[in-house]
Amino acid sequence: MASVTITVNGTPQTREIETRVLLVHFLRDTLGLTGTHVGCDTSQCGACTVTLDGMAVKSCSLFAVQADGRSVGTIEGVAKEGKLNAMQEGFWQEHGLQCGFCTPGMIMAACALIERNPKPTDHEVRVGLEGNMCRCTGYTNIVKAVQTAAAATAAGKR
Amino acid sequence: MSETFFGKSVKRREDARLLTGKGAFVDDLKIPFTTHAAFVRSPHAHAKINKIDLTAAKAMKGVIAIYTGKDLKDSGVKPIPVGWLLPGIKVPAHYPLAVDKVRHMGDAVALVIAETVYIARDAAELVEVDYQVLPALSDGAEALKKGAPTVHDEAPDNVCFRWALGDKAATDKAFTTAHKIVKQSFRNHRLIPNAIEPRACLASANAGTGETTLWVTSQNPHVHRLIMAAFVLGIPEHKLRVISQDVGGGFGSKIFIYPEECAVTWASRALSRPIKWTSDRREAFLTDAHGRDHHTEAEIALSAEGNFLGLRVKTVANLGAYLTLFAPAVPTYLYGTLLTGTYKTPAIHVDVTGVFTHTTPVDAYRGAGRPEATYLIERLVDLSAKALGMDPLEIRRKNLLTSDQFPYQTPVALLYDSGNYQGALDKALTMFDYPGFRKEQAAARKEGRYLGVGFSTYVEACGLAPSQVAGALGAQAGLYESATVRVHPTGKVTVFTGSHSHGQGHETTFAQVAADELQVPMEDVEIVHGDTGIVPFGMGSYGSRSGPVGTAAIHMGAQKIKEKAKKIAAHLLEANEKDVVYEGGKFFVKGTPGVSKSFFDVSLMAYLAHNLPKGLEPGLEAISFFDPGNFVFPFGTHICMVEVERSTGVVKVLRYVAVDDLGRVINPMIVDGMVHGGILQGVSQALYEHAEYDENAQLITGSMMNYVVPKADDFIGVELARTETPTPVNPLGIKGAGETGTIASTPAVANAVMDALSPFGIQHIDMPLTPGRIWEALRGRKEA
Repeated sequence: MASVTITVNGTPQTREIETRVLLVHFLRDTLGLTGTHVGCDTSQCGACTVTLDGMAVKSCSLFAVQADGRSVGTIEGVAKEGKLNAMQEGFWQEHGLQCGFCTPGMIMAACALIERNPKPTDHEVRVGLEGNMCRCTGYTNIVKAVQTAAAATAAGKR
Repeated sequence: MSETFFGKSVKRREDARLLTGKGAFVDDLKIPFTTHAAFVRSPHAHAKINKIDLTAAKAMKGVIAIYTGKDLKDSGVKPIPVGWLLPGIKVPAHYPLAVDKVRHMGDAVALVIAETVYIARDAAELVEVDYQVLPALSDGAEALKKGAPTVHDEAPDNVCFRWALGDKAATDKAFTTAHKIVKQSFRNHRLIPNAIEPRACLASANAGTGETTLWVTSQNPHVHRLIMAAFVLGIPEHKLRVISQDVGGGFGSKIFIYPEECAVTWASRALSRPIKWTSDRREAFLTDAHGRDHHTEAEIALSAEGNFLGLRVKTVANLGAYLTLFAPAVPTYLYGTLLTGTYKTPAIHVDVTGVFTHTTPVDAYRGAGRPEATYLIERLVDLSAKALGMDPLEIRRKNLLTSDQFPYQTPVALLYDSGNYQGALDKALTMFDYPGFRKEQAAARKEGRYLGVGFSTYVEACGLAPSQVAGALGAQAGLYESATVRVHPTGKVTVFTGSHSHGQGHETTFAQVAADELQVPMEDVEIVHGDTGIVPFGMGSYGSRSGPVGTAAIHMGAQKIKEKAKKIAAHLLEANEKDVVYEGGKFFVKGTPGVSKSFFDVSLMAYLAHNLPKGLEPGLEAISFFDPGNFVFPFGTHICMVEVERSTGVVKVLRYVAVDDLGRVINPMIVDGMVHGGILQGVSQALYEHAEYDENAQLITGSMMNYVVPKADDFIGVELARTETPTPVNPLGIKGAGETGTIASTPAVANAVMDALSPFGIQHIDMPLTPGRIWEALRGRKEA
């Protein structure tokens, strides 16, 4: 067992946990933040994507103890005061989700993507999201959603 | 006039929760004192279970119970039944946990229940199973060979069924008069569905009331309840509630009643504790029903002018180790019946042998039978064009059924209700400059670049119906859908639908339909699905049936509501019911809209019952069952343009154009989305996905590391358009949209690749068209 303090969506959380607990299980089972999903065992699908100190990471590939003292962002923390962020709005507007299971991870990855590259080409969006699988959309509308969000974010910053 | 919603791209209401992490997927649910399950699975494809030693596992702290197949069988658990029976079919027992033998890698032999999932999995590792390994087979064609290992004693030759359709004599005759016969063997390879949400279940038995609630990743919770209650576990149906709230994609794989949910539900009742099980991806690869897996010999008889005279098809369908719910229907009634395609072929005969192998069961996967049929027809069409020196478009135009031929009785049982195949083809050709492409292709070849174009002028049959006919053909279920429309005293409406949404957006589209019919604002309509405790009955969603069947039931329910409401309104207006009209959400006597009763007034009075017509019951609620008279038949033209790299064999899709006719469309945005996703799944079969077994029937593509689920950078954006030929089969003229993309796209891609490779004299390569396979085919070949 180990004591960890992880800041999750801005709130420090201190818990006693088994050292083998994965970050994704810590979020889902210990903190009850079930928006982060598990879709595979091999870090291919990206449904578990969260941010760690601002970088998109796969929370199934980290032990919770590795996040000790660091800051984690999950889908639950993306909307502020009930207002969706530009990426969430983009996905809604462009129908970038169907079953919605991959969506939280996809949004976390896409937010990090446009932060790195505020004006991506369609190809850059596709390459940038290659760590996140979606079986419903064929990705066509996900690319549109990210572009819509990128444009809205750029307009907001002007 | 109130706003109407049909045909509008209304943003989805379900997104508000899914975008913010508030979805309620099964694994997200928490019940106090929940225990966790892990399954002990066979590492062998075929073995006798000599002994199971639970000593070490049971001694582990936190382990609550461990059960074996014998425990379940001895307690009265019955085999999981099959939902479609063919004449002479062999149905070997399929128990939730294997009893004496395991028959595929991943077959479950024991169930461990523990306080945490970590402990359950650790304990499962400590279960010692003494296996006597037996010879195993994975290939359908091998299963029929003399001396092949036997999967079930009941079927010593591994034959599950033999099935045929069509006029054999007429077909044979067509071949005797043919100018040319084109023959090809096709391998339609095995696929693994890979919905991103793994299967999961949470069973909670209440010892006090005797009720059990099962949350499960199901596309059809009522079917789950019926089968588990009546056939497997013997729980009274009214004591089992099945709930499937948010389900993370299905593609067919969540139709079936799986061993895990049966065993977990049984164990929850045995222990009086909630039990949760969530599949990991490795288990998903081993146990989610797979798709396709055909070996086919096909030949087409051609006249000198290029007319199709006859089609002869012999298929061996690999069904895997056990029959799952609809497995026998997929390579027969969903495959053989579609072999007419969009063409005038007058004589067709198809012969299908379903075989057992030591592999994961095979059942319906997006398209289910229809992609296999469409692939072989559309490939044969291109091969025929080649053999006759015709253009692939010219041979299609010559053989396509024409609009004046509908309704059209095909030689393989289906009655196509409507169609305009040329219309869709013409529209696609306005989007894709075919003569221009041929010039571009010729120019590119001079530079050593190989471009290709592929067409797929497809039709498919979905919204399987009617119940009576399906019953006569072996279905063990009805194929209607139900809807209950409940108008509350305030005029707000709840619609309880038996259809199930696992990404299709029913909460939005069904509300569009109900709001229009009842002439109320969309926000006044709530759609409820996926809970047998509150939805009266339902058949769920598969085979693209929610649109053509599910919405029709809602439409019918709404008519009943309006009829009763009109009686009440007429009474309140002191008018004759025949003179009262309902427009813009108001009831009034025709010609005098100034004096009216609103939907609210009438709804309230229905429940106050202070002033109702004599003899009329209070309340405003209607249940309807829609049992369609026929399938519906979406069709269209898909065009794929590719480049094949000579030196590496890599295929790049450069353009993808799709024109689909889905009848009337409730929400274009949602339908486009389904078509996008469907197309990629079909493209992915052509180029990427392949479930492979080794010589010991070990699945060697058992994870996302070595089975290609396509990623964003594996494909391009598609260009869509539609034509609209409403179907007369249902009142809204809707056809299914969920599977067309997958059905149409695979042959379009394969045809395009073969077109690109035609300078090398290559006519056919079996899918998937991976760089390795293409490179192998090109090796040593020179451009003609």
